[in-house]
Amino acid sequence: MNFKGRVWIVGDNINTDLILPNKAFYLTHEEQALYVFSANRPGWAEQVRKGDILIGGSNFGMGSSRAAARSLKNLGLACLIAESLNGLFLRNCVNFAFPALECPGVHAAFAEGEVAAVDFEAASVRNESRGTSLTGKPLPTPLMALVQAGGVYQLLEKEGLIAAKT
Amino acid sequence: MGMTIAEKILAAKSGRDTVVPGDVVTVDVDTVILFDNNFMPNNWREILKVADPSKIVVTFDHRVPAPTQQAAAAQVTGRAFVKKFGIKRFHDVGHNQGISHQLVADYVYALPGSVLLCSDSHTCSAGVFNCLARGVGGPDIIYAAIKGQTWFRCGETVRYELIGNLPEAVTAKDAFLQIAGVHGAHATMNVEYGGPGVAGLSINARKTIAAMSAELSAEFATFEADAALMEWISARNPAPFVPVRPDADAKYHAVRTVDLSALEPLVALPDSVVNNSQPVAKAAGTRIDQAYIGSCANGTQDDIELAARVVKGRRVASGVRFIVTPASQTVYRDVVASGAVQTLIEAGAMIAPPTCGACGGGHMGVLGPDEVCLTSSTRNFKGRMGDPSSQVWMASPATVAASALTGVITDPREFLN
Ligand code: SF4
Repeated sequence: MNFKGRVWIVGDNINTDLILPNKAFYLTHEEQALYVFSANRPGWAEQVRKGDILIGGSNFGMGSSRAAARSLKNLGLACLIAESLNGLFLRNCVNFAFPALECPGVHAAFAEGEVAAVDFEAASVRNESRGTSLTGKPLPTPLMALVQAGGVYQLLEKEGLIAAKT
Repeated sequence: MGMTIAEKILAAKSGRDTVVPGDVVTVDVDTVILFDNNFMPNNWREILKVADPSKIVVTFDHRVPAPTQQAAAAQVTGRAFVKKFGIKRFHDVGHNQGISHQLVADYVYALPGSVLLCSDSHTCSAGVFNCLARGVGGPDIIYAAIKGQTWFRCGETVRYELIGNLPEAVTAKDAFLQIAGVHGAHATMNVEYGGPGVAGLSINARKTIAAMSAELSAEFATFEADAALMEWISARNPAPFVPVRPDADAKYHAVRTVDLSALEPLVALPDSVVNNSQPVAKAAGTRIDQAYIGSCANGTQDDIELAARVVKGRRVASGVRFIVTPASQTVYRDVVASGAVQTLIEAGAMIAPPTCGACGGGHMGVLGPDEVCLTSSTRNFKGRMGDPSSQVWMASPATVAASALTGVITDPREFLN
């Protein structure tokens, strides 16, 4: 999986309540996506264009098990590159097939609005605007396979273990 | 090479001789808990087959009794799921209902050495039972219910060696805030609690520390087993079990000693639980609109009785809403029987039904613009309990109760010594 897009940058310890706030709980997935960072960066979600890339700091996605990764995906973000990913959040990224990578040094390597080129499998991240490159940590093979397969629900649906989405 | 408790259980459940940090393992899951949010119309995917209905527990806890049509619809879906697969351990609104993590303690759904999953991040609460319990995502839960398995990436372990006994009016919450304040996040790592100080902590107190460990971003939080734990288990669940002890030569990322006798009441400032603790004295005088006692971490009989001791014979300050939420119907019955509820409502507290309620900003105490809440629940993130402009401060139930009486953040030792 290869992505190229304009980057947005957020800091350390971004929590799930900021990504998917309680007040959006009952809304549709598409509506929920518009609430991403509404508490700390109001109006941001509307500015995101399909294919943009999010760069985070350390322990990105700390907090609850809510389907916050799904909102980032539905917002149109191509992928997430962070200094480090919260363990529970990573599970949700994998499960919802939202490509997310850990890449120490990435936060300092970009300024907002620059363009990143990402080779997800190789975990390589290039700053196209500056011509610099970094290598992150590739996902363990079974987790990579799950992302490539489209996530848990696609897998279970294919095996006839959950009902098709209505 | 020796293994920590987490490594030992991961090895046993994945059929390996050893597991070391960095390994990704597939393990058998002993218990899968589903709760109302899993069944929300925008979350649920209809399961056509389950691995073993006897390994599944279903409760409604985040939003009960249903405050909205969506919450009610989720419960309808949940009941149909329970019926379809003949799930016996079902905690519907009524006699046996409770917050999932409290039910695990009330009924001991997590035996030492077992693996338990629930898609609530505070599932590590069950780690008090010397097991591996982890909050996972909704899809993980559906997968585990169907396949009976899940995957874990093993991390390094930090061991906390507890020594000494807590002083009067200082609680397990304060001990946790001390650890979180000094040591911050433990992302990708496990925490293991042991040492002679554990014996002086009730099971409920240990459960507070285990549940709060979610705020450390720990993978697993696990207590060593002792006689008190085994007694608690045997009184509630007749199933056999074998406690898991760490090897003498287990390899830890760090071993840190916490002297409980040296602690004082602490408060976490708004927006982050880690690296954010202060002695109550430093925050004393901060005005509050709401005082909240409840949640999977601090809605136990111990917590509610402690609050009752603080407020006995006194009145909640005018302008303060004091909301107390027992974590399960069992706890509720116990605190009614002990007289704590009577004391609290005479003081002016409102008792909410067992639910996550205000903890997650769902209902039963949601905050409005610019309001300030002092909570004994689990999380103080921006907007967690309501409006993004509201503030959530966090402290022990004793500190919350004392502050409810004065209307400002207050050291509970004034009322308990
Ligand atoms: S009480 Fe709060 S932290 Fe505990 S399970 Fe409910 S929402 Fe989660």
